[in-house]
Amino acid sequence: QVFESVAKKYDVMNDSMTLGIHRVWKDILMHKMNPCPGTLLLDVAGGTGDIAFRFINYVRSVRQRQLQRKLKQHQNLSWQEIFESYQKDKFNSLGDSQVVVCDINREMLKVGKQKAQHLGYSEGLSWVLGNAEELPFDDDKFDVYTIAFGIRNVTRIDLALQEAYRVLKPGGRFLCLEFSHVSNPLLSRLYDLYSFQVIPVLGEVIAGDWRSYQYLVESIRQFPPQEELKAMIEDAGFFKVNYDNLNFGIVAIHSGFKL
Amino acid sequence: MGGWHQLYPGHIPTSPLQKALLAAGSAVMALCDPYRHDMVAVLGETTGCLALPNLRDKMKNHPEGYRILQERPRIRLSTLDMARLQGLPDGSLGREYVRFLEDNKVSPDTRMPPKFVDDEELAYVIQRYREVHDLMHTLLGMPTNMLGEVVVKWFEAIQTGLPMCVLGAAFGPVRLSTRKLQVLATELVPWAIRSGLNSSCVLNIYYEQRWEQPVESLREELGIFPPPAVPV
Repeated sequence: QVFESVAKKYDVMNDSMTLGIHRVWKDILMHKMNPCPGTLLLDVAGGTGDIAFRFINYVRSVRQRQLQRKLKQHQNLSWQEIFESYQKDKFNSLGDSQVVVCDINREMLKVGKQKAQHLGYSEGLSWVLGNAEELPFDDDKFDVYTIAFGIRNVTRIDLALQEAYRVLKPGGRFLCLEFSHVSNPLLSRLYDLYSFQVIPVLGEVIAGDWRSYQYLVESIRQFPPQEELKAMIEDAGFFKVNYDNLNFGIVAIHSGFKL
Repeated sequence: MGGWHQLYPGHIPTSPLQKALLAAGSAVMALCDPYRHDMVAVLGETTGCLALPNLRDKMKNHPEGYRILQERPRIRLSTLDMARLQGLPDGSLGREYVRFLEDNKVSPDTRMPPKFVDDEELAYVIQRYREVHDLMHTLLGMPTNMLGEVVVKWFEAIQTGLPMCVLGAAFGPVRLSTRKLQVLATELVPWAIRSGLNSSCVLNIYYEQRWEQPVESLREELGIFPPPAVPV
């Protein structure tokens, strides 16, 4: 019951701690991914579904544009032919794209499913209970693997990265969105001040849980910085590994390919 | 920051800035969500820096209060002999206390332990205040509905000076109906204030050693006037 209340407050806490900016970070992740219809995505530690829903929205709008372009091209077909092709595509608004949300926490998945129902997401979405260090999937399955604000909580990051490599198809992409290190000294001090003074208070007031958010702030500081994480991703076998800093390094998106 | 300089189990050391933010945040949250009793507790701890030492000194300067500070009694189901209290005669403190717990379906074990008080003795004082709250209800003859709680808050505000009690007394009534507000304003609050001012410090009573004492006698000893004969 404790976990369920934490899971429910998770989204509220994210909005409060980051002043809603986490939504922008996740949008940027999706734009960087730029998935086309037919993509099979595995979102690890994605409990409450933020990345999954964005993926579905993105793929749906790409698909819409695809269909519109197709219709424009069908200038010389008969009405019957246009009607038939439209019918065929209409029932495929996602273009066979699919996202699997995998999380180690049952309560988070529960909240995610409730959100999906509430927001009207049904097709192309599945929810699986699993551990990032030992994924319940076969090799070479997915086109894209994402882990947003989850890898920080994994005990053996190297194992999670190896698993990510294993389940990706050749040509598949690894994407990680996570808190990272701010190098600018002035910003770093302001960020520390906000993190240590305000965030535990928010945790206490909103979630009744000072300690977890104190721990969160401390664990962010202990997480490997950008270059170190890049090296770890390369060690797992990924190529063309790079990272983009968001908000001066408060958050970073790391990307790599299985070739 | 948290973990070292821990003065008592459950203690979370906080900077002045954090205390200020906590006080503001808990006040807002307590008003927005009345089920967040933990926020009321946090508000009490972060704003009690003047009232708590005051209370502690009152206890120190009184023989019975002094003993309480030394012996640190706790009111918990595990320490109370419920069977014995139930067997006491009607009208006695013990019997009426148990009757209150049963009628209102409350337990002494739901009181929050202090977290943000940076003095181990003051942490006990606020804990004692919380654990004695149900006895206040018994002494004042007030149930745990909204009206009863507000009346007790008025009494406690006068007695302890804790800002959290003052805020509770001032803002509690906003959720009451007009009829109840009328009873509150004309009968109950004036009585609570008179009793609060007239009574000696309620934290200076070693309640655990007075279960056999009749409630009426304890009221007289403290200086609490008999409750007005109105439905609460």
